[in-house]
Amino acid sequence: MAKADSLQGSMDLLVLKILSRRPRLHGYAIMSAIQDISGEVLRVEEGSLYPALHRMEEAKWIRAEWITKETGRRARLYELTALGKKQLGTEESRWHAVSLAVNRVLREA
Amino acid sequence: MSVWSRIVNVFRVERLNREIDEEMQSHVEEAIAEGRDPVEARRAFGSAMRHRENSRDVRLFAWLESLRADAVFGWRQLVKAKVTSAAAILSLALAIGACTSAFRLIDALLLRSLPVANPERLYDLSRQGIGPDGKPQDFDGWAYPDFQLMRATVKGQAELIAVSYAEPGDLTYKSDAEIEKASMQYVSGWMFSSLGIRPALGRVLTENDDLKPAAHPYAVISHDYWLHRFGQDPAVIGRTFHMDNDLYEIVGVAEAPFSGTEPGTIVDIFLPTMMHPGVTHKDWTWHRTLAQVKPDAAMEPMRQKLEATSRAFEEERAKGFLGMTQETIDTYLNQKLLLEHAGTGVSDLQSGTRQPLMVLGVLVGLVLLIACANVANLMTAQAAARTREMAVRVSIGGGRWRLVQLVLVQSAWLAVLAAAIGAVFAWWSGPFVVSMINPPDNPARLLLPADWRVLGFGVALALAVTLLFGLAPALRASAVNPVSALKGGEDPHSRRRLMHALIAVQVAFCFLVLFVAGLFVATFQRLSHQPTGFSADRLLVLDTVAKLPQPPEFWEQTAEHLRAVPGVEMVAVADQPLLGGFSWNNSVSIHGEVPNGVLSYMRAASPGWLETMKIPLLDGRDFRLNDVHPGSAIVNQTFANIYFAGGRPVGQSFELVMDEGVRLKYQIVGLAGDVRYKNVREPILPQLYVPFRAAEGMKGKSQGAFLVRTSIANPRALAAVLREEVPRARPEFRVSRIRTQMEINQSQTVRERLLATLALFFAVVALILAGIGLYGVMHYSVVQRRREIGIRIAVGARAGGIARLVTTDVFAMVLVGAAAGLGLGMASVKYVETLFYQVRATDLQMLALPAVAILAGALLAALRPVIQAVRIDPASMLRVE
Repeated sequence: MAKADSLQGSMDLLVLKILSRRPRLHGYAIMSAIQDISGEVLRVEEGSLYPALHRMEEAKWIRAEWITKETGRRARLYELTALGKKQLGTEESRWHAVSLAVNRVLREA
Repeated sequence: MSVWSRIVNVFRVERLNREIDEEMQSHVEEAIAEGRDPVEARRAFGSAMRHRENSRDVRLFAWLESLRADAVFGWRQLVKAKVTSAAAILSLALAIGACTSAFRLIDALLLRSLPVANPERLYDLSRQGIGPDGKPQDFDGWAYPDFQLMRATVKGQAELIAVSYAEPGDLTYKSDAEIEKASMQYVSGWMFSSLGIRPALGRVLTENDDLKPAAHPYAVISHDYWLHRFGQDPAVIGRTFHMDNDLYEIVGVAEAPFSGTEPGTIVDIFLPTMMHPGVTHKDWTWHRTLAQVKPDAAMEPMRQKLEATSRAFEEERAKGFLGMTQETIDTYLNQKLLLEHAGTGVSDLQSGTRQPLMVLGVLVGLVLLIACANVANLMTAQAAARTREMAVRVSIGGGRWRLVQLVLVQSAWLAVLAAAIGAVFAWWSGPFVVSMINPPDNPARLLLPADWRVLGFGVALALAVTLLFGLAPALRASAVNPVSALKGGEDPHSRRRLMHALIAVQVAFCFLVLFVAGLFVATFQRLSHQPTGFSADRLLVLDTVAKLPQPPEFWEQTAEHLRAVPGVEMVAVADQPLLGGFSWNNSVSIHGEVPNGVLSYMRAASPGWLETMKIPLLDGRDFRLNDVHPGSAIVNQTFANIYFAGGRPVGQSFELVMDEGVRLKYQIVGLAGDVRYKNVREPILPQLYVPFRAAEGMKGKSQGAFLVRTSIANPRALAAVLREEVPRARPEFRVSRIRTQMEINQSQTVRERLLATLALFFAVVALILAGIGLYGVMHYSVVQRRREIGIRIAVGARAGGIARLVTTDVFAMVLVGAAAGLGLGMASVKYVETLFYQVRATDLQMLALPAVAILAGALLAALRPVIQAVRIDPASMLRVE
């Protein structure tokens, strides 16, 4: 299993990607989604997720909103902004470039 | 988010914390709802504290918030260790207070510019030459005719201003019975406009008030005097007062805060120079010369012009020096004129206390460093005790910077509290020290403003102190390694190394302070035990003045009257008391020869003066009532040795050689023992005494001093009675000042007493602080090594061995420190040598004293930790572990 640290560079990409597919998720749902979709390979630690969410909110890539659920508990939902969509594009193309490069090294070294 | 909203966030901390907590709570609940184990879900969340901090770091200036929290926490820590904190705060407060106080004095006396226009362009003229004793000497007194020539020479490049030495004058606003003292300064009328001083009321003096001798009886008073003497009464304009037979009219009040050009003296009344009796005399040097230089003037050519003018003036005057050798005259003429910055004013207090104040400044600085080292050690020890707390903080995710900040904030608490208490101390001690500088009858009055300069200094000091004693422990605390610290096995030596280094530094500084203090105390003791040759016990000096010169019979009559006052033992009259600061000297010629250049110092005295002063009569007789001046003389032993080496002086005669070649002939009737004349530091001067009674046809005296030896132990008790008895004997006389001879003698050593007292005080403080520091470190090392000590005792170590174990390192540091202090002392002592008297830095006694004091202090400090160590009970100690 990959450690949280190894996700550091790709955390923003993953969160932005998840939010672009499924708008209005709370933190736990984002975490579970990453875990589920990656087949339990990637695991986000809570300690990294929330600072990252708040940082992205700060950068205005995502915005947050408090809602009250049927259980009566409040939850904070996140969704992508226009700026976030643009950022997602940048991050995705950078990821492709990096993984391409890594693959080439693995293949040809 | 803008900076502003971040700052606003700081004040919404509670809400933000709640939101973050809530979001995390909802996360955990979500996880539980998904079917995860509640305990595992919470644990997975990791250290909640760190999440919160990391999240919040993004959303606000965490720094401000954490500062607040640290301040609260730091305060709690201080309160928890009340005694330690109080000791740290008080020792720092003392040091900070002393530093601020020293700064306040130095600033007020030496650094602060005069409140005048363009103080940076103000210079003081002085002459540097070789004095009669062969040593170089500086003098900034000038004769007015010389001043007038110099002023004309540099017209257009600089404005020269004459200002007399401020001195107390006797004046009356109503009848003669109500005589009062005020501080007078004769100044050039144009001083006010040149220095940009405007009137607060009425007008100031102008050039037109300073044209003809004795023709302008106008006075301007200072704002301070207006406030204190007249309660700011506007009707003061037009009031008149009598002084020296002149009637002056007050024409204005100078605006505040100008109060003369002499720091240390607040001038009450400014008079035009033309009203000074010496204004026409070529040989009366009674005023300073200030130069307000034009911005574009070249200094060196101007200096040379002034020097040439002054030299020409003196050469003209020297033509009248008939009784002197050419060599003496040349030495006198070959003086260099100096132009020195006077933007901060010029005064004797300034030049006399500059060096002592600087030395004291350095001493208090050292005491401050000792106090800082102490607090740093206390903090380090405290941090050691808190290693576990720190380790826990690190391991649950407290950032290391947070720890540095935590410790620094605690230091800041100490510093701020200490600075506050220190400020109160400085506020009180500044004026107290000023009151010690001068004798009580002529107190120095120094404006000691507590303004932004002093405040700024205090704040800067508190900051510097925080960093000095807080930084090392703070960095150390942050470097804690949680794993080994929690296991309890952190390397104990690293901490001790730092503390030991600080101990060495402390001891070095302490040694230096003790060493210098010892030298000052020895100097003071030697000076004050210097025999004066006369007895000052129970002796009162009544400075007495009359409006007009009075015949000698009136003086004798008054003395006789005073002899009848109960409690009076003996009374004599002299022109001035001994050591009172008034010198009167002349060249002496034996058998008509050219004088040898040695000046003899004179005093006019009545019959019975020798006996009243308890000066031994070695040969011949005392004056009789019919002896007159010139005519008879009594000389002292030194005079006899110089002029009649080996021979008997009594019965011989000599001549006094005056200016213009006038010679006065005297017959020596008596030989008296040596006495101190003007100064206890210099060798005994050749002296000759002449009768107080002047010869027929000469003017009587308008001032003199009655010397009254009382039979009661406290001569002061008779002061009030005698003050009334003098005018009762002869209504022409009034007493202007009463002093005891003891006070006069003590005023000789004011500077030495100030230095000795304060240095001793700081030495004691330094020793106590260093002792506390030593104690703290040894105590800490015992606590830290109690396991080791317990094991050693268990395997049979003796008490001596344990004591050695505990103290060896520290005492090695004490020795290293003392050696360093000795080196520092030897190196620095040459800068203060001029302040010593008959004391050598290399005297064994001077070196042994601080060494013994420090050793004794160290032993005392070691006592308790050693006892603690020896008493460690291995059984219970090891059981605890």
